[in-house]
Amino acid sequence: MLVFEIVMVAMGAVRANILRSVLTTLGIVIGIAAVITMVALGEGAQERVQAEINRMGTTVLTIRPGQQFSMGVSRGDAEMSIEDAIALRVESEGLLTVSPEQSSRLQVAYKRWNSNTQIMGVWPEYFDIYNHQLQAGRFFNQGEVQGRRRVAVLGYNLPETLGDTPPEVLIGETIQLRGIPFEVIGVLAEKGDAAFIRPDDQIFVPQSTAQYRVMGGRDRLGSIYAATETTEQLDMAFAEIDRILRREHRLKAGEDADFNIRNSADLLATFNETNQTFTMLLAGIAGVSLLVGGIGIMNIMLVSVTERTREIGIRKALGATRRAIMTQFLVEALFLCVIGGILGVAAGYGAAEMMTRIAQWDTSVAPGAVGAAIGFSAAVGLFFGMWPARRAALLDPIDALRYE
Amino acid sequence: MGGEGTVSDEAIIRTQGLTKHYVLGAETVRAVRGVDLVIERGEFVAIMGPSGSGKSTFMNMIGCLDTPTEGQYWLNGQLVSDLSDDQLARVRNRQIGFVFQTFNLLPRATALHNVELPLIYAGIGSRERRRRAMEKLELVGLGDRMGHKPPELSGGQRQRVAVARALVNEPALLLADEPTGNLDSETSGEIMNQFEQLNEQGQTIVIVTHEHDIAQHARRQVHLHDGHIARDFLNEVAESTA
Ligand SMILES: Nc1ncnc2c1ncn2[C@@H]1O[C@H](COP(=O)(O)OP(=O)(O)OP(=O)(O)O)[C@@H](O)[C@H]1O
Ligand SMILES: [Mg+2]
Repeated sequence: MLVFEIVMVAMGAVRANILRSVLTTLGIVIGIAAVITMVALGEGAQERVQAEINRMGTTVLTIRPGQQFSMGVSRGDAEMSIEDAIALRVESEGLLTVSPEQSSRLQVAYKRWNSNTQIMGVWPEYFDIYNHQLQAGRFFNQGEVQGRRRVAVLGYNLPETLGDTPPEVLIGETIQLRGIPFEVIGVLAEKGDAAFIRPDDQIFVPQSTAQYRVMGGRDRLGSIYAATETTEQLDMAFAEIDRILRREHRLKAGEDADFNIRNSADLLATFNETNQTFTMLLAGIAGVSLLVGGIGIMNIMLVSVTERTREIGIRKALGATRRAIMTQFLVEALFLCVIGGILGVAAGYGAAEMMTRIAQWDTSVAPGAVGAAIGFSAAVGLFFGMWPARRAALLDPIDALRYE
Repeated sequence: MGGEGTVSDEAIIRTQGLTKHYVLGAETVRAVRGVDLVIERGEFVAIMGPSGSGKSTFMNMIGCLDTPTEGQYWLNGQLVSDLSDDQLARVRNRQIGFVFQTFNLLPRATALHNVELPLIYAGIGSRERRRRAMEKLELVGLGDRMGHKPPELSGGQRQRVAVARALVNEPALLLADEPTGNLDSETSGEIMNQFEQLNEQGQTIVIVTHEHDIAQHARRQVHLHDGHIARDFLNEVAESTA
């Protein structure tokens, strides 16, 4: 039997029961829609993570205090001091660009405007490490760090927060950080968020100023940032930081480190776990609906075979081989599933769009995923259509003709 | 005397001890009990007998729709009683045209498509298929009804579509199981005249009927009784005894 005739007959059978056919494919539609949404979310997250890693700097290592151990027992959080940052800068011999970070949320006042803002005590290298650009004024320099000068560089959003004052106007103005006057010397260009870091909402001051004038003399660092020139140097930097800090902290060989070194990707991993849970949920929905959808297809195909027993008998009496009958019903199942697959892709695309609009989740529907989804629905059709098609093919012509 | 007992290379049908049993639980129905029959090329045979005598069962085996429990059957010199399912499908497709009492047309397909069906399974291209199907529909006088579907046709017209379908593959053997069973006498006569014409042109035909006047159209009658051949005679000779 010619392929064209087989397809025409299968399409005719689907069209003859159009409502039933559409209802039957619903499971496949939902399953494929879930697959597409899942892949779109995954792709979107992937793209966003990559963008964030780029924004956070691909060559930045973040060092945070860890747990302190004494004879295998935790003695609480370890500390990192400014000495550690100095040691890293001096002893890495140019491999690392280093900045400590000592931060606190404080009240910021400018004229009659008030805001609660993250104050970051850093070195000038910090702007280098994160590749910050200025839109007005200048960065502070090492001399101002030495001199514990009360100068501040504002994040991109602050001019707006502080009474919508133009950045140029703010330069040279005095703002109060916890009542202490600071001179605004620079305003940063827009950076965008990267995970939990929101540089656009922060105010940067020299670390020494933050330590001695704002935060009461404690030199307990939140983090130390260290950047290399190239990503290839990261491994070496990792080992170097480990070596230097171990010596600084007087750790014996084999003792657990009381600090953690993380790269940008590590930091983002935890942040994206929530998204993964949702992806798993979608995968579950997809799996269950495709299974149920497949069984639905099998069921309707069995009904179709039974309903058309006489037709099968007639075709066999006229010379249809088993293979011809089998192909006819397989193509019908395939056809149903591929229609379901196409509708599912459309629905999944819609759902992904909606998630982007409503929940602001990044999504991206890859053309490859569309092809794979339709291919997969075809596979479901073949798998679940096989048994009914075989039943049809093996019918005895006489029994089939006699069927009422 | 007909062809009974004669063995010939020309024979289109030759059966030897053809038997069909149906097992229903503990009971065995012996529908056909060892039939030996030879039908030569060009014959027009009517198979007769009371209801339940095994006519349809025998016909189905002759038409390769059913396989015998025992015995042999040569169609055109080929032993077909041992063929596989798909081989039988091919034999039905190429060598046999079957007309059923209940027409057995596809209700949703047009007359033309119904007639084309055997050609589709023979793998013939659409243009040739169309040409041949139209030719046969015109032969049975339905040239103006090709686009109609079976529910839009009368019983007689439906059966003529079925006859066209049976003829479309130029079969060696035309079989009909009570082809007039669902038709009034006038329409029956038309169908039988058609068969006679076909036979005059050399078509071998075997029909099952239990009506004597229908059987009169044939040239030979084979009477079955309880799955046996009871009588087998040529019509000209038998006319007075029938
Ligand atoms: N599929 C079957 N299963 C069991 N018994 C059957 C089957 N088909 C036919 N029979 C039995 O075989 C015998 C012959 O049946 P068959 O249909 O050949 O008779 P028939 O001569 O064609 O009768 P009718 O003139 O009524 O059509 C009957 O007793 C019938 O009950
Ligand atoms: Mg019968």
